Amino acid sequence: MDNLTFGVTMVVVGMGGTLLTLWVLSILMNVLKNIFPYKREKEEGKSMA
Amino acid sequence: MFEAIVSGLNGLVSGFINLHWSNPVMIVVGCVLLYLGIKKDFEPLLLVPIGFGAILVNIPLTGLMEEEGFLKIIYDAGIATELFPLLIFIGIGAMTDFGPLLENPKIFLLGAAGQFGIFLTLILALALGFSKMDSVAIGIIGACDGPTAIYVTSKYAPHLLGAVSVAAYSYMSLVPVIQPPIMKLLTTKEEKMINMGVVKRSVSKTTKILFPLVVTVVGGLIAPRGLPLLGTIMLGNLMKECGVVSRLTKASENEIANIVTLLLGISIGATMDGRVFLKPQTLIVLALGFLAICLDTACGVLFGKVLKVLTGGKVNPLIGAAGISAYPMSARVVQREGQKYNPKNYLLMHAMGANTGGQVGSVMAAAVMLSVLKGMGVI
Repeated sequence: MDNLTFGVTMVVVGMGGTLLTLWVLSILMNVLKNIFPYKREKEEGKSMA
Repeated sequence: MFEAIVSGLNGLVSGFINLHWSNPVMIVVGCVLLYLGIKKDFEPLLLVPIGFGAILVNIPLTGLMEEEGFLKIIYDAGIATELFPLLIFIGIGAMTDFGPLLENPKIFLLGAAGQFGIFLTLILALALGFSKMDSVAIGIIGACDGPTAIYVTSKYAPHLLGAVSVAAYSYMSLVPVIQPPIMKLLTTKEEKMINMGVVKRSVSKTTKILFPLVVTVVGGLIAPRGLPLLGTIMLGNLMKECGVVSRLTKASENEIANIVTLLLGISIGATMDGRVFLKPQTLIVLALGFLAICLDTACGVLFGKVLKVLTGGKVNPLIGAAGISAYPMSARVVQREGQKYNPKNYLLMHAMGANTGGQVGSVMAAAVMLSVLKGMGVI
């Protein structure tokens, strides 16, 4: 594989893959936040305990 | 008897006789690293052992890096096996609070943008004639993440380990000097003044516990070759967030991290033998590493401008600069720069979110990179 093909593949798939993975993770985190919402009294009660 | 005395004296001067011109130069380099660590407080935990290791290995005939030399034993045990960076990652995970990132998950994207420099530098290194794996190792300096850089370089370009490690840790400590001019250049006064408001506490404990598990499983499935990196940082974070293994968490962030940092530093310093290190190639590696971090910062800020447009002006582009992995220095730089233009602006927690996103981003970028290399059959 020549260097140009290697470099372009790394940028497109590597950077694209990183961006896509983190985007998917950000969506999953939003989903988690909606499924397990923060409840002030409950959370603070736990930390007090 | 005279011959015996001459032979004995010869033993005492053999160190001087075998001194290569590059050895004194590297001893000076070691002293400079010590100076930066001790006097200037630039990453002292790493630069002090690295500097001293560089001095040790440049004294001839010591055999420290030959078979059964103590530095060689440490190197083989922890660097060649990649164990040290992974153990440090458990400590980093245990020390990091991903809360600010979870408050606003879209900031994750800034952590991705902050990794562009890795890939752009990789292309530049290829254009300058470096081999594919050397270019990968040089590009990874842009991760701004010492353990990641060491993990990748020790595996695929061990001859560059000294230069890459010194570049990664030195530039990380120089973030407060490197980033502000780029941030100033790429943003308008109005953008710098954008107030992002107060970060509200809105993440439940369950979400914080599930975060490391989700990242490990999803990230591991997408980029299995990088799972050791991802898995160890997330293990440390799970231990911190679950709150039931505080002894393990404390050991990870204190005793284990401290011991491994010492051994890691001294064995990296031991790779800086003048005969191997002092080459024009090393200077090019250092220059490319610097460029990588500048590109990361620029791409992060530019992506911050994109987010500003997409959110109708709610995002201050300065926080994009914190999308690199230099935690928490980069976030502090953003806070300081923001307050120069708007003293009532508190960007710190937003920048901390981007900064922790950058930590995950740098590890993810390395993981993706390794998996793409495996997919292409390069490794």
